[in-house]
Amino acid sequence: MTEGLSAWQLIASGDAALLAIVRLSLVVSLSAVTCAALVGLPLGASLALTRFPGRTALIVLLNGFMGLPPVVVGLAVFLLLSRSGPLGSFGILFTPPAMIIAQALLVLPIIAALARQTIEDLWREYRDELTAMDVGSVGRIATLLWDSRFSLLTALLAGFGRAIAEVGTVMIVGGNIDGFTRTMTTAIALETSKGDLPLALGLGYILIILILTINAAAWGLRVWSEQRVNG
Amino acid sequence: MRAPLSDLPLILDDVSFRAGGAVILDHVSLSIEPGYPTLLVGPNGAGKSSLLRICMGLARPTGGTVTWGGRPESRPLRRAFVFQRPVMLRRSAAANVAYGLRQAGYPRRLRGSRVQELLDRVGLLDYADRAARSLSGGEQQKLALARALARDPELLFLDEPTANLDPAATRSVEEIILGASHSGIKVVMASHDPGQIRRLAGEVLLLVRGSLCERGTAAEFFDSPSTSEAAAFVRGDFVL
Repeated sequence: MTEGLSAWQLIASGDAALLAIVRLSLVVSLSAVTCAALVGLPLGASLALTRFPGRTALIVLLNGFMGLPPVVVGLAVFLLLSRSGPLGSFGILFTPPAMIIAQALLVLPIIAALARQTIEDLWREYRDELTAMDVGSVGRIATLLWDSRFSLLTALLAGFGRAIAEVGTVMIVGGNIDGFTRTMTTAIALETSKGDLPLALGLGYILIILILTINAAAWGLRVWSEQRVNG
Repeated sequence: MRAPLSDLPLILDDVSFRAGGAVILDHVSLSIEPGYPTLLVGPNGAGKSSLLRICMGLARPTGGTVTWGGRPESRPLRRAFVFQRPVMLRRSAAANVAYGLRQAGYPRRLRGSRVQELLDRVGLLDYADRAARSLSGGEQQKLALARALARDPELLFLDEPTANLDPAATRSVEEIILGASHSGIKVVMASHDPGQIRRLAGEVLLLVRGSLCERGTAAEFFDSPSTSEAAAFVRGDFVL
């Protein structure tokens, strides 16, 4: 019980080390989701709108990749970025950019697959109307992305939830370096094994509160949008 | 900017349309010329919707040819289509009309005032900021008309636009359609409501089981139908 109490004291006192860890986690995961969204949303949309040989296989693959094991993604990115790897010359292994890349790859299939499903459903509804208005392929993608923006937000949130909570990729690619690449999840893993339960618990509380807050905000936005936009 | 070429006359030459082994349209030849509204008449399943979709360019015939103003390929720059159940974009009523204007290449700085004009024309000025999908069926159909008119069409196709509407909404939709026709837009509309056909038609095309059964002015069609199917339709009997 005393660990639980001192965990709250740690949060309340605004412990500098703790805040730095929270800040890094947020920066890495938000950047990763942003990068994954910039690629994943147009990718999902184009996959929804085009027909080509092998499309079904690609969709099955994408859906399967939603459950990629983080440690395997971490390993793959590690091999790419390590000194002897193809991208080793950038020298970014064990830095936040490497963590962002790894988490973006982890989250990309989630965002692309959910976007594909959402946009394909909307396209079925919009197809005749947009074709009659002579909307070109770029315009179609833009229209469908915009009109499904609130559903897509849920996909982004799913991606963010996955990124902020995972430990495998950031541990392997970031290296859990104190004050540099230590995130909430890697810190919890380390502090627990060291026996510093107040810090581990404090970070655990913050992680859960963050996830709940963001999901509550998204829920509120969705309800509001349904009243305003969807009717 | 070059003025778009005219899509009229729209000529269907020996057009057939099959889907999944069923014959939907069977060697239909006709021409759509400028003038009063053309009403496409016939029972459900006669092929009215398919014919309209082919005229719009949304579907390709499986046999025969379609030409717009003599051209076999023509982007729908000055054609517009109002579906039986129009799809409202998940935006406000005004944004739906603005979308139509943007797609038609209407200059951005003039769009705002044009949206107001078009909403006013269909009686939806007070609903500009409402979510389009929260409007009633009749209001949605009027909004679909405003969005179609935003394209400044030369040809306006309507697929039973009042099939799901009550008499009051039907009346205001018909007034908008007649207004469009008077302003020089060629209206081609599917309907199976004899009263509506009498109110709107300049010319009537009767389609039965995928074949063009009778064609004539509204007066000819109602006063001296030349086929038994047309006579049955005019009497109000079942045309099967």
